[in-house]
Amino acid sequence: MNSPSTQFVSSRRMGVYDPIQQINMWGESLKSNVNLAASIPLIDEAEIKFDSQSEDASHGMLGTNNKYDQEASKPIDKIQRRLAQNREAARKSRLRKKAYVQQLESSRLKLMQLEQELERARQQGMYVGGGLDTNHLGFAGPINSGITTFEMEYGHWVEKQNSQILELRNALNSHIGDLELRILVDDMMNHYSEIFRMKSAAAKADVFYVMSGMWKTTAERFFLWIGGFRPSELLKVLLPLIEPLTEQQRLDVCNLGQSCQQAEDALSQGMEKLQQTLADSIAAGQLMEGSYIPQMATAIEKLEALVSFVNQADHLRKETLQQMSRILTIRQAARCLLALGEYFQRLRALSSLWSNRPREPA
Amino acid sequence: MEKVTRLASQNGVVIFTKSSCCLCYAVKILFQELGVNPTVHELDKDTVEGREMEKAIARLGCSAPIPVVYIGGKLVGSTNEVMSLHLSGSLIPLLKPYSATLS
Repeated sequence: MNSPSTQFVSSRRMGVYDPIQQINMWGESLKSNVNLAASIPLIDEAEIKFDSQSEDASHGMLGTNNKYDQEASKPIDKIQRRLAQNREAARKSRLRKKAYVQQLESSRLKLMQLEQELERARQQGMYVGGGLDTNHLGFAGPINSGITTFEMEYGHWVEKQNSQILELRNALNSHIGDLELRILVDDMMNHYSEIFRMKSAAAKADVFYVMSGMWKTTAERFFLWIGGFRPSELLKVLLPLIEPLTEQQRLDVCNLGQSCQQAEDALSQGMEKLQQTLADSIAAGQLMEGSYIPQMATAIEKLEALVSFVNQADHLRKETLQQMSRILTIRQAARCLLALGEYFQRLRALSSLWSNRPREPA
Repeated sequence: MEKVTRLASQNGVVIFTKSSCCLCYAVKILFQELGVNPTVHELDKDTVEGREMEKAIARLGCSAPIPVVYIGGKLVGSTNEVMSLHLSGSLIPLLKPYSATLS
């Protein structure tokens, strides 16, 4: 990339134009950064050509002028005016280019800084999940191998989920028999059991990680309820998609939804009580005294209770899925699982689109 | 264990809890939402036999040590069991005899 500019530099007559040295400097400073510099050559070559043309033109003209100096002053005026305009245009163009390069340089530095910060953050055990923007990085703590394991396993889980969804969609479109369909349905149900097992282990490692849905994408986290999706809401989404249902099935699904709602409410109220008692135990004793060791012991106990809430919420999710598979026929269950899988795929896609959307410059 | 059985065989819904346990509170709320007023025994408040009862209940082998729920003298289990029963629609029939609103 640097060769075009250096070629021009060596072919120029040195010392007449400052820009020659400037081009040399650009070339040197950009040598170390291959990526950013890759976009510059287009401008380099175009403007250097322009510069060299104006320079050669003026040199040529000057050469001609020297011969007819005393005789023709009018054409010389015109020529000199045009030369001056050329020089002015070239100068402005070089200034613009300089400004652009400086902007690129500062962006490059900023990028390097961000990359270093990110690397430091990863090493310090901050959990950078899929679709997570930098504002939500947790505070630095010792590396939690339980969470690192979970994140790695979750990546594989999503991949397998995507391929299962594809398989299920193809199977439903190809009118395969109920027996083969049952195998696919069972596989997917087992796969969901797997994520709940993983979450249980992760909750033991770091319950706040699970509570905050740190591994989820941004749009998924918008719907977060005690570390995951709210089963009754999911039923509302899925119900219209699995019609036609028999009257008994519709009744059963409605009852399931209602029971889910009641169980969720009870757990939510339990969570509120937990928050309240935690706040009480932290504030117990004399605030403003500066010492708070005894309160911490009770508070830690309360936080540990969070693990049981997360596990209970996951149990509710798992039970809801299992109840649905009992109420529905195998074909309905397959469609239900397909719809469920696609719903989450869309949420993840939404998160990705959202974080990549073009923004107004500040 | 005798005290546990004695208390458990009281009619209605009996829950053994601890005052600090918020999950126990959640289970109690669920029963109340279903129109039942459960009898709650807080094991940490029973200074005499509380510890013994706790050990006896732990030996019952429920999914968690507390809360432990009895309905009509029969052991139902802990939170997991209650939730599973409710989602499958089997909890409300069990509660019908003890609820004004359900029957």
